[in-house]
Amino acid sequence: MLLTHAETIALALSFKVSLVGVACSLPVAAGCAWLLARTRFFGKSVFEGLLLLPLILPPVVTGYVLLIVFGHHGAIGRLLDAAGLSIAFRWTGAALAAAVMAFPLLVVALRNAFESVDRKLEHAAATLGAGPWRIFFGVTLPLSLRGLVAGLALAFARAFGEFGATITFVSSIPGQTRTLPIALYELVSTPGGETGALRLTLVAVIVALVASLVAALMLLRGGTRPDEAEA
Amino acid sequence: MIALDLALQRGEFSLELALQSTARALALFGPSGCGKTSTLLAIAGLLRPGRGRIAVDGRVLFDRHANIDVPPAQRDLGVVFQDARLFPHLNVRENLRFGMPRGAASRTFDDVVKLLELSALLRRKPGQLSGGQIRRIAIGRALLRQPRALLLDEPLANLHREARAEVLEHLRGLKREFALTTILVSHQPDEVAALADGVARIDDGRLAALEDIETFKASTAMSMALDTPVAHASG
Repeated sequence: MLLTHAETIALALSFKVSLVGVACSLPVAAGCAWLLARTRFFGKSVFEGLLLLPLILPPVVTGYVLLIVFGHHGAIGRLLDAAGLSIAFRWTGAALAAAVMAFPLLVVALRNAFESVDRKLEHAAATLGAGPWRIFFGVTLPLSLRGLVAGLALAFARAFGEFGATITFVSSIPGQTRTLPIALYELVSTPGGETGALRLTLVAVIVALVASLVAALMLLRGGTRPDEAEA
Repeated sequence: MIALDLALQRGEFSLELALQSTARALALFGPSGCGKTSTLLAIAGLLRPGRGRIAVDGRVLFDRHANIDVPPAQRDLGVVFQDARLFPHLNVRENLRFGMPRGAASRTFDDVVKLLELSALLRRKPGQLSGGQIRRIAIGRALLRQPRALLLDEPLANLHREARAEVLEHLRGLKREFALTTILVSHQPDEVAALADGVARIDDGRLAALEDIETFKASTAMSMALDTPVAHASG
């Protein structure tokens, strides 16, 4: 199965956009997941609901919100334009859309992973002089590794398949924002594009299968002992 | 010198304990559920008393009235938990080094490894160790923190006879070698007799008696228990 030049470009762009999007999403998602797993605060349920919003909202709505905020006339978009960092209608905008759409999956996966780590081990680390950062990077994160990998795989798959928010926010510009799902949509809408559409469908199915297999393997074998906390 | 005056509520259970002891090694002795471990966790900073004051060797670790609550990481205590709590993703060497202060002499590491006979285990992961080995590593890890005081929570619990004797012997060696202020939680009279200089008997969350070790041995009337495992352990 040989892809055409345009299809190869769309595939490569999809990988780039998904990888960058997930990588940008990860630190923020990890911070939010840790807050949800390890702290109590007023309005936590509302906070959690807001984090999960991109999962529930129609993607077109998310894309439109991104356009309003990050577009050329948006509050942040204007600042970015002034700094020469415009993201609207560019691949970086597509990466932002992918990051936003993958974000809730990462938060959910990481929260579960952090909650599965025995807090008594974190307490033991504290008695050994470790501060919060060392506890997180030295104990919590390594023991959450399987959940983290599973979350990354699912988030990557979600970002790879992202369509609605991306096309609304950054449109369909070949080589810039025409990712694999958008290219597929274009082929489906074009007479004679069926063969190309089938090729891209096959690629999308393979990527999704690999990601879901990785996630399933990690989740099946994952988890440390959840245990009762002392305090 | 250990000075405790603390009140702590955990569900239905209430702990109210006030004691002062000059014993180098103080045992908190009593039946299961009497509040020994809760007291130890409060000293370690892992449980927050509702009120009171905790001082070890003159250093105030907690004083509700004066608004002092030193974080666990800064209490400079070596804690050996009943369930050891070795980090499963780290090998023995990494576990041992986890709490070592920066710039600590490598000789210290070598000394502790030698003393606890751990050199053959350094590359193993906790999952590949026996109960006695795990307990020895937990003790080594706490010592390598170079603490002001050592807190031992039932260090011989759930060990079979040989492992118990082996760990007990190492603990006696450490007591001689390091002369650290030690707080030992135990419900085993022979363990207390072998390791402690003073005993706080705790019953239902209250101090029942504070005794020196000779009084404890006499009042416990435990000659049989004393003569068997300890004698065996000390060879």
